[in-house]
Amino acid sequence: MGASQTRSEHKYQDLAEKSGFSLEQIKILHKRFQQLSGNEETISRENLDGIPALANNPIRKQIIDAFFDKRNQHQDEVGTVEEIGFEQFLMVMSHFRPPTLKTTEEEKEAMRREKLRFLFNMHDTDNDGTITLIEYRKVVEELLSKSGAIGQEAAKAIADAAMLEVASTNVPHMAPDDFYEGITFEHFEQILKGLEMESRMHIRFLDVDTMTMRCGKSTS
Amino acid sequence: MEMGTSLLSGVLFLCCTGGICELQESKPSAQTNFQSVKPFPNEINNPQAFPEPERTSLPVFTMDYHRIQIPFEFTLWVLLASFAKIGFHIYHKITIWIPESCLLIAIGLIVGAIMHSVKEEPPAVLNTNVFFLYMLPPIILENGYFMPTRPFFENVGTVLWYAVVGTLWNSIGIGLSLFAICQFEVFGVQDINLQENLLFASIISAVDPVAALNVFEDIGVNEQLYIIIFGEGLFNDAVTVVLYSMFTFLADLPVVESSDVFLGVARFFVVAVGGVLFGLLFGFVAAFTTRFTHNVRQIEPLFIFMYSYLAYLVAELFSISSVLAIITCAITMKYYVEENVSQRSCTTIRHVVKMLATVSETLIFFFLGVVTITTDHEWNWAYILFTLLFAFIWRGIGMLVLTQIVNPFRTIQYTFKDQFSLAYGGLRGAICFALVFTLPDTINRKNLFVTASIAIIIFTVFIQGISIRPIVEYMNIRRTHKDLSTINVEIHTRIMEHAVCGIEDLCGQWSHYYWKDKFKKFNDHVLRRILLRDNRAESSIVSLYKKLELQNAIELLDTRMGDLSAAPSVVSLNDERKESSRPKKKFLAADGRKMHDILSKNMYKIRHKTMAYTNKNSLPDNSRAREILIRRHVSIRRSLRAGSFRELPEENVPKSQRHCDADKNNLTLSSS
Repeated sequence: MGASQTRSEHKYQDLAEKSGFSLEQIKILHKRFQQLSGNEETISRENLDGIPALANNPIRKQIIDAFFDKRNQHQDEVGTVEEIGFEQFLMVMSHFRPPTLKTTEEEKEAMRREKLRFLFNMHDTDNDGTITLIEYRKVVEELLSKSGAIGQEAAKAIADAAMLEVASTNVPHMAPDDFYEGITFEHFEQILKGLEMESRMHIRFLDVDTMTMRCGKSTS
Repeated sequence: MEMGTSLLSGVLFLCCTGGICELQESKPSAQTNFQSVKPFPNEINNPQAFPEPERTSLPVFTMDYHRIQIPFEFTLWVLLASFAKIGFHIYHKITIWIPESCLLIAIGLIVGAIMHSVKEEPPAVLNTNVFFLYMLPPIILENGYFMPTRPFFENVGTVLWYAVVGTLWNSIGIGLSLFAICQFEVFGVQDINLQENLLFASIISAVDPVAALNVFEDIGVNEQLYIIIFGEGLFNDAVTVVLYSMFTFLADLPVVESSDVFLGVARFFVVAVGGVLFGLLFGFVAAFTTRFTHNVRQIEPLFIFMYSYLAYLVAELFSISSVLAIITCAITMKYYVEENVSQRSCTTIRHVVKMLATVSETLIFFFLGVVTITTDHEWNWAYILFTLLFAFIWRGIGMLVLTQIVNPFRTIQYTFKDQFSLAYGGLRGAICFALVFTLPDTINRKNLFVTASIAIIIFTVFIQGISIRPIVEYMNIRRTHKDLSTINVEIHTRIMEHAVCGIEDLCGQWSHYYWKDKFKKFNDHVLRRILLRDNRAESSIVSLYKKLELQNAIELLDTRMGDLSAAPSVVSLNDERKESSRPKKKFLAADGRKMHDILSKNMYKIRHKTMAYTNKNSLPDNSRAREILIRRHVSIRRSLRAGSFRELPEENVPKSQRHCDADKNNLTLSSS
């Protein structure tokens, strides 16, 4: 019992350094991972699909896919996997770690880029490095699918308008026959300069172990 | 500049002569009145023993000043203060360096000096009732109505912490320290007892950060800092008023027992919670009423003002926090009412709210200047200097301590720079003055208190108000990116929120997104159904898109494009012209398609708009366009002939992405 404790402590220490979470937070996430995977070593898409609270989320498919996307593993690989282990789970979650008082300005910049990268990867499903109009339209459709009374036409129109905006901000002097291929990561960053991410795009860890409080809402 | 000053001096002269005239006019008018009112004796029946009074003829020209005196003088005062405001903005650089409140007080000082030299008294209108019932509500309503709700609710705990605990800390700290000072015989203030000191301290702690807010907004400091100063200034009015009434009550008691203190605390909670409940009640009733007002559009704004004022008065009736009531009412109302009323009513409401608040504040500051010169002051060096000192010290220490306690609970924590700006931005202003001026006369050192308050207000407003801008700029506080309402930002804000919500659900963690989601569901299913006339839950992305498209389409049609009549789609354009004159709220799919067609045929670029809702001295500016790019003439004809934009079928995707900016000679690019 004691030996395995220290072994997992070691592993946690490793993971803590890699992902930026604290030991406490990693323990909480590990428990959750066990719960989602049914005490197995890896989770697959079916495990995540079964979470009831996610059912109302309009972009749940993208979120779930993001976990299985190799690009979010900070390792310059592309492609998707079918199952992920705890370490990969943590690496994806590290995009959402909360900032502390000790993070410096460069770290904050880096975190912002990471988050933008995460969002970019969510849109760019064919891994070609740009978000084309079709991909963008898909995103907008999914997003508006739950708000009701919006037809596909309107979603298309909105996506078109958004692309227009990106093009106009980033490439203001296009020649008449130029053709805007798609949003690259730099353009994406540029257009979302006004987005306040630091204070919003992160999860908050409570000290309470909420798993035990959710009686009756098990995910298996 | 010269015109302004001559105008100003003209009105000053008018005011003073108006005041003087009334003294002289009263006599002749009395005589005239007297003579004209006296009934003529009946000459036929009664023999005249005495010679008949001279027969007066019908007066052709009379003056009756008394009758109009009060409204006339009120109007003149308001007008004078407003002229002063015009005068400041003629040379607009002044307002960047010197806050408006300083200028107003300065003008008030000048007018006070003039009045003093002609031995005239300022109108004795500022008593408790006038202030609390007429002057305070507009100011609070404006603050509540234009409060940025999202940052507020995200930081509500911190705001309330600083407002409530901070004000208590300040009041008690300053009160106790001043009481300690009073014990020294050498300062000559021994007769001020503890209750009176606490009362005075609670008045002094009322922070009025208008000038600081203006500076912060101009510079664009980060949202967390802004909302704290805003919220603190707003809610500590509520706390101060409660403390004020509590301490005035206690000041009358000869002996204070511990049970009184306990009751005071209980009362505080009753007052606060009661205020919020009343506000919610009236807010919902107002929202419900506006559901049915679509046939009486002209009086729609009236409901807003009547209901919020009613909330205030009913809360005053039960002696619970009217400030909280009116704030809650405004916040609740705003969301639903702005969807129910017409666009014009919405604009009217905003205009009038701002106008009333400006008038009220202007009058108070102006009055402050006048009263400074004309009242009897009691100057006590020690007391006043110590008050200043303690005000600074306690606020500084308070900020440090409170932030240390609250920082671990926050994800975005306050740095020392933030804390310093918070502490330094704590100017005292209108509320402080009005509260001290309306102290009951049973307080025997009232004049000393008045003098001390005026000294502190003038000190903080002038010195801190003027120096805060260079200091904040020098310190290089973390700024915010001005939020542009572009569609991309809106879309990605939503995506981000859903992503975080999803991740949180995945991890099983709760946070305020959970509550936000719950509230949103409740709102959509229950509240919107009851309170809104036209309830179709609409994504904010779609509303933003609608708004931008509609405005662009209207603008497109407004510009002179004679050649457009040659376009084959002239029919659809004319329809659009008719419909655009009545801005519609419903976004039917057909409209969307029509608009999209028109717009893609004419290839425009979306305006970037900034919406600054919280600038105190100006209205939300919806019309400031960053870039307008409209293709005209040749380029339009070319595109229409090519017919490449008639349809957007899937296989023509590459073509539909052609955002061309042809013809540089024909382009109008205006960037502000």
